[in-house]
Amino acid sequence: MDFTEEQLQRYSRHIILPEVGGKGQKKISNAKVFIIGAGGLGCPVGYYLSAAGVGTIALIDNDNVELSNLQRQIAHSMKTLGMNKADSVKKTFEALNSDVNVIAIKDRINNKNILDLIKNYDIIVDGSDNFPTRYLINDACVMLKKPLVSGAILRFEGQVTTILPGEGPCYRCLFEDPPPPGLVPSCQEAGVLGVLPGVIGALQATEVLKLILGKGKPLIGQLLVYDALETNFRKVKIPKNPDCAICGKNPKIKELSDYSQEYCTL
Amino acid sequence: MAVKVKIPIPLQRLTQGKDEVDGAPGKVIELINTLEKQYPGLGERISEAGKIRRFVNVYVNEEDIRFLKNEDTEIKDGDEVSIIPAIAGGTKTVNSR
Repeated sequence: MDFTEEQLQRYSRHIILPEVGGKGQKKISNAKVFIIGAGGLGCPVGYYLSAAGVGTIALIDNDNVELSNLQRQIAHSMKTLGMNKADSVKKTFEALNSDVNVIAIKDRINNKNILDLIKNYDIIVDGSDNFPTRYLINDACVMLKKPLVSGAILRFEGQVTTILPGEGPCYRCLFEDPPPPGLVPSCQEAGVLGVLPGVIGALQATEVLKLILGKGKPLIGQLLVYDALETNFRKVKIPKNPDCAICGKNPKIKELSDYSQEYCTL
Repeated sequence: MAVKVKIPIPLQRLTQGKDEVDGAPGKVIELINTLEKQYPGLGERISEAGKIRRFVNVYVNEEDIRFLKNEDTEIKDGDEVSIIPAIAGGTKTVNSR
């Protein structure tokens, strides 16, 4: 398919980049990205990928838009209060760019549905807000060898890494286990600076576009840590763990189980 | 010159809001134990019975100590130690179902 005159204009700032060009823009148009969570991270990731012209974007979320979300979840609005979040962002993204096929899934991702849901997508984005889901997504992506762009936020701090199963380490290589339930009393006092998921989500969207284009160096084997208060970006190395429970030499995890349990963070 | 220890935001309330504290050269576990004395509760969040907790990573100059000598990794003057916990985002504890 050739670009229409309108598309040439819309994507002109991409197309004039030698690293993208018409060829790269085609790759973007043909890409299929699956975003888990249409919240703080899913909103900016989906927003920028829609603007970039990613052909198919699926978003899964089971929650409805609440007033307290609007401080950071920029693809929702007063007009979509009470609406399912995936439906809400679909309206926003389609209004921005009708080239994009936005698939809204009103469900919660779990060990029964995840493999089927993500199997036909090229890249998976983790915008989830809890540990059980984070480990489930990692394990499913390792099993299906799907590239995963992982982002997490808390208060003023964010973390981003790109997981390319088979090539680099996975999330379990980074953190072997989720924090056990009940260990830490402080999760109630969490909270998040509204713009923080914007920063982390924009970084995730950048990683997705780099993977689609095959340009630059994705954050494979590295964890980027952003401290908003100190305006500090740090990168640490993530070695591949040969004893990893899912991607090591003798994986202990052979099938996805129900990881749901209350977890807390430091 | 001392050892600089970067404290993650979730633990900064135990260091009076400081994002960086000074430590002394030696083994990682000695550093953590000393920090616990200076900032009660901090060491306990990072380690348990002499072992770094599995959802917290300690880096010496960007290298994960699990792939060095773990708790026995030697820290030299001028090294930077980072403590990085797993975070999951969100503003509440949620069940995934």
